[in-house]
Amino acid sequence: MPIPRLVRRLSATLTAHIDAQLLIAMLLLMGVSLLAIFSGSNQSVGRVSSQLVNITVALAVMYLFAYVSPNFLLRIALPLYLSGVVLLICVALFGDIVNGARRWLHVGVTRIQPSEIMKIAVPLMLAWYFDRYEATLKLKNYLIATALLMLPVALIVRQPDLGTAVLIVAAGGYVLFLAGLSWRIIIGLAVAGCASLPLLWSAMHDYQRQRILTLIDPTQDPLGSGYHTIQSTIAVGSGGFFGKGWLQGTQTHLDFIPERTTDFIFAVFAEEFGLLGNMVLLFLFLLVIGRGMVITANAPTLFTRLFGGALTLTFFTYAFVNMGMVSGILPVVGVPLPLVSYGGTSLVTICLGMGILMSIQTHKKLVQS
Amino acid sequence: MSELYINQGIELRNSQREIHHFRLRLAVSSGLVVFMFFVLFLRFFYLQVIQHEHYSTLAEANRISIAPIVPNRGIIVDRHGVVLAHNYSAYTLEITPSKIDDMDELIDRLAGVVEITPRDRRRFKKLLEESKSFESLPIRNRLSDEEIARFAANRYRFPGVDINARLFRQYPQGELFSHVVGHIGRINQRELEQLETDGNDTNYRGTEYIGKVGLEQSYEKYLHGTTGVAEVEVDAGGRAVRTLSRTPPVSGNNIVLNLDAGLQETVYRAFGDFRGALVAIDPTNGGVLAFVSKPGFDPNLFVDGIDPQNWKDLNESIDRPMVNRALAGTYPPGSTFKPFMALAALTYGKRRPEQAIHDPGFYNFGNHVFRDDKVGGHGGVDMYKSIVVSCDTYYYMLANDLGIDNIANFMQLFGFGSRSGIDLTGESAGILPSQAWKRRRFRTPEQQKWYAGETISIGIGQGYNSYTPLQLAQAIATLANDGVMYRPHVVNFIEDIVTRKRSMVEPQPLRSIELKPEHLKTVKDALIGVNVEGTGARAFAGASYVSAGKTGTAQVIAIKQGEKYVASRVAERHRDHALFVAYAPADAPKIAVAVLVENAGFGAAAAAPIVRKVLDYYLLGKKATPVTTEELNANTTAR
Repeated sequence: MPIPRLVRRLSATLTAHIDAQLLIAMLLLMGVSLLAIFSGSNQSVGRVSSQLVNITVALAVMYLFAYVSPNFLLRIALPLYLSGVVLLICVALFGDIVNGARRWLHVGVTRIQPSEIMKIAVPLMLAWYFDRYEATLKLKNYLIATALLMLPVALIVRQPDLGTAVLIVAAGGYVLFLAGLSWRIIIGLAVAGCASLPLLWSAMHDYQRQRILTLIDPTQDPLGSGYHTIQSTIAVGSGGFFGKGWLQGTQTHLDFIPERTTDFIFAVFAEEFGLLGNMVLLFLFLLVIGRGMVITANAPTLFTRLFGGALTLTFFTYAFVNMGMVSGILPVVGVPLPLVSYGGTSLVTICLGMGILMSIQTHKKLVQS
Repeated sequence: MSELYINQGIELRNSQREIHHFRLRLAVSSGLVVFMFFVLFLRFFYLQVIQHEHYSTLAEANRISIAPIVPNRGIIVDRHGVVLAHNYSAYTLEITPSKIDDMDELIDRLAGVVEITPRDRRRFKKLLEESKSFESLPIRNRLSDEEIARFAANRYRFPGVDINARLFRQYPQGELFSHVVGHIGRINQRELEQLETDGNDTNYRGTEYIGKVGLEQSYEKYLHGTTGVAEVEVDAGGRAVRTLSRTPPVSGNNIVLNLDAGLQETVYRAFGDFRGALVAIDPTNGGVLAFVSKPGFDPNLFVDGIDPQNWKDLNESIDRPMVNRALAGTYPPGSTFKPFMALAALTYGKRRPEQAIHDPGFYNFGNHVFRDDKVGGHGGVDMYKSIVVSCDTYYYMLANDLGIDNIANFMQLFGFGSRSGIDLTGESAGILPSQAWKRRRFRTPEQQKWYAGETISIGIGQGYNSYTPLQLAQAIATLANDGVMYRPHVVNFIEDIVTRKRSMVEPQPLRSIELKPEHLKTVKDALIGVNVEGTGARAFAGASYVSAGKTGTAQVIAIKQGEKYVASRVAERHRDHALFVAYAPADAPKIAVAVLVENAGFGAAAAAPIVRKVLDYYLLGKKATPVTTEELNANTTAR
């Protein structure tokens, strides 16, 4: 065999399960991430290189999961979900308290946050469940699915970690919605949801209430809980149409923006690149989401459709909630900007989801056979 | 491609309807995604385009802080350049109260890093009560290098606490100039309001100190300088990151005094343990050469807020060290009033110099007997002798002949009873008694009436007479200068630190009193006689210059101070005050002095030797020693 053909064959094999369109959009977002982290960390090369390591690891995970057949996911759905729930119970019983919330669990030398696992495990479990009872979907199944969703959510709310709980509810909700939950029930739930708001309010912790009050009027506590919102809104607004230019953001470089490389990295980006940059960023996110939608629409099984759809919409939710929070239309919840915020955990989780989407796209034939 | 699967029927359960249903849901989701992103876009558009101006302003305001640059305060030096007030730079540990929740706990923790004494705590508490909470207040001054390093390493533990380099005012001469140079202190609420009223508050942004008393107060506007402005970029913690633009401050002007530090010290030492006041003036221009009020206090205590214990000690001391006796204390002039009475007699034609009276040792007026100090009297007394031996009877009669209003009109010309206008604030006007004064002073017609008997003791400087040592000094200087009066001024000139331009503080005469030269000569000859053969002769024995002087004794009528009854002290404080006025050299006076020694007890004995030392130092450069008991006893007969 001539060498060039060998190389071509080899490279074809190596890239067989990689979705180029998705990967390119992701890489562009990661490029944005590196620019913003460099700026937000006051030009720390260390920060950037450590994010490069995160990206490498995350891409490796993506690559791995792109090669894993969706059938494997189908098999691990139940055990993953169950172990996740067990871990959450362990957290509730023996977890470490950090910043007033019991979220972490000691496992040997390291600590894990089981609620992170549930971001994947819950939609996976629901997709598995609907796939299993596909032929005979009744209202009962939706009720059971809802229960499967609410069990871990309740445990996470208790930690308390409202942000994660909301995201998991969203992920599970997407599965329910895509699985065909009747509109009547959806509307009924929406009405019931609104009606139960006062109840929810009374169940909230003070700091959670404060965040919501602050959202309505950030200026009432400018140095306290309103500070983050005010400063990030100023950063975004002062960026203007063209932005202040890379590394030129005054809000960024003078420490006014909290969590500049993690949850509030969008403020850095929006200040320095302006509305123009924001439009590019929104476009890149739409590329990822759009590609995810296309993959989902063409997915071969109900399981892959539901799970793929949930992954795509969760990705959207992360992006929307984060940018909404930074620009002051949503309360401050600890949600990173997917693929852009600094940090290994969220990056690996997101890339894992992207890998699964690629797997769904490229394993149709396998499912066929 | 998807149609392919359906057509091929590979997934059996996937009916076309199901797929269609799912895609509809997916389309709804996509629509939701696009809609939500559009909402975000609208939000961005609102913030970044519509409200851009607003947020830009906020961002600028966030990052730019206008920081005042406090000018260096001008320094104060004596006529020979001896530094009386200057600035030194030191590090302070400062707390911004508004950023602190639990102050006591913070100070306790701080005490683990740098030494904080109970005195520091008390002082800080006092500052805290007096200040606005947003300014940072020093808890410790003059940090050592080691303390700075230790705090710097622990700084993260103390938000709201910072090290600042500051200029401190220092008075190297300590209490020697406490009543004339004065001191600065932290600006209080009342002063702040005054600054606002005067429109000076912007120039005082960042300034924490202001002149409180003495020259520091009266020359505040020259000493302070012009505050500069730095536009600094600050981070979210309020710490300056870099300077964007800078208008440098203009340092305050330096002030050069007429005072002579050596002379001042001489006076201080000559006083020994006595309380009192001395003012020395250059008669030819009104420049104040020495200005002493004893006891003084250490002005350095006040610079950064005096601690309550020291304040209590000073404020409640029986010696009243805070009272500026030279400027605000008024005393009867006693016999030092006599030369002026003599001059009035000549001017009004009531006496001729050679015209003698017979002094039997008393003077009868109405039912009252006014006694002379000398039992049996001085016999025949002309004007010369009346001054040299300080004959009271001569002046009882003279006062009666002149009448109160003539006396008042004449004395007024020499500055008695009106503020001299010295460049210090807080001056007392004293009391120059007259019929008009009495009408102003009292309420009932009975009290308002002037009784002829009251005029008699006015003649010997008693009665209602009450003047400041400064007024006495000005009067004798005016006499020495043949009636040409200058406004006394402590400051010689103000030096612009940038242009080196000097602005003199007026060598302009205030007024020129019309006096006949022969009248002046008569009185001045008698004043020389005092120091040659009269009451001042012992004190001035062997002097290599010719001086003119007049002793005086002021009766202490009552204890005015609300002091505790301590037998030995009170008795001492009932004693007479000793006074002496003098000038020298007699033919061309270079210095005129008035001294008052409180409760010196032995008549004028204590006062004349002090003046001798002052004149010796000023004219001959002799260093002084305190007045000895022998000197006092040697002069007990002098009055």
